[in-house]
Amino acid sequence: MKGIALLVVAVTGSLLIYVARDLPAWADPHSPASDYRVSKHYITQSIVETSVPNMVTAVLADYRGYDTLFETVVIFTAGIAIFGILRVTRSERSLRRQVHSGLAPPDLVVQTTCRLLVPVIQLFALYVLAHGHHSPGGGFQGGVIFGASLILIALSYDLRDALIRLSESNALRLAAVGVLIYAGIGLACVLLGENYLDYDVLHRILPADPVESRSHSILGVETGVAFTVSAIMFAIYASLSSRGELNGGL
Amino acid sequence: MEELLLARLNYWTYIILMMIGLYAMIGKRNLIKKLIGMSIFQSAIILFFVSIGVKRDATIPILKHEIVHAYHEGAHTEKGSAEAKSTSSELGPAPSEPAGRHGNGSLPAIDPQQYENPLPHVLMLTAIVVGVSTLGVALAIVQSIYRECGSLEEDIILRRMELRDD
Repeated sequence: MKGIALLVVAVTGSLLIYVARDLPAWADPHSPASDYRVSKHYITQSIVETSVPNMVTAVLADYRGYDTLFETVVIFTAGIAIFGILRVTRSERSLRRQVHSGLAPPDLVVQTTCRLLVPVIQLFALYVLAHGHHSPGGGFQGGVIFGASLILIALSYDLRDALIRLSESNALRLAAVGVLIYAGIGLACVLLGENYLDYDVLHRILPADPVESRSHSILGVETGVAFTVSAIMFAIYASLSSRGELNGGL
Repeated sequence: MEELLLARLNYWTYIILMMIGLYAMIGKRNLIKKLIGMSIFQSAIILFFVSIGVKRDATIPILKHEIVHAYHEGAHTEKGSAEAKSTSSELGPAPSEPAGRHGNGSLPAIDPQQYENPLPHVLMLTAIVVGVSTLGVALAIVQSIYRECGSLEEDIILRRMELRDD
């Protein structure tokens, strides 16, 4: 088995190294990826077409809106799948023997530090989300940071303390709301007579011109992504760390 | 040969990382080790994509502040021309012409050589988060396998499943 694996790896690796000769050199400004007109269009036109200085945000939520929509759906589906695979009902739980993993007593220093840190982390998450138009950031990053703050509560206190703040059913509801915000903004464009996720018709209901309304709808879309990502990150942690029982946690 | 190796050294790194991951996925019997291999494989692909986006003498794909300021000022002074521009959304020969609006020469042109290609960043941004959640699904499956079979070793799991079928 190990021999076959080594053989497969050696053959694949040498093939890849052989074809790597044809790939562009490191940081080549004339590589196909940098020279193709799509790249130039994104760089020169995204400010004109969407009025968003951060091209990554503009491409993520506008030019490739479908991609991001379905990535969000994938994350939501992953959360639901983990719920379906791991979650145990109350009757099953009583059948299984209770595992007491010799939990260490709560530590004052750790708890106080985390209690002071969590609000700062959450505020930073909102900043990263809201400032995604002008600096590196956006829905995915802000959502992950927010989810991390909830996981920090669960780690420093107890999983139950974190679940009091955001229960599992509320987390899944929040994730569904995030996907619905994204899909709803797309649907609003259809209702106003344009293509799905073609935001510039939203200037009829937003107090902005077509280009600015793209920028505003990108913020709305990113908010939906942040809802889904933060809720699912926390739900994944809650299920995995307690083997689906949602009691003590790690 | 040495020249070739130095110019393509980044790809060699990703290929080696990728092969480590592939070997762990095929050769190891422990399910968690297989998942670690999958993660290493994924990291190699992410590194590959990010390195495709690197461009010499270029900065991150966020427009410089002065340019943004000029464009936003321009948008406020002539709102009407923005509408005309946004309708021509297809990929025309736009990159060759300066990126200013018609009839407004004061807008600074954006040089495509100054900024990196944003597309690899976008693709990897979503891939990382999706990778974390799919890894979560994989760990959940491994946990429920452990709950059923009491082991994470592949051969022991297979033997116990056969025993159960008989």
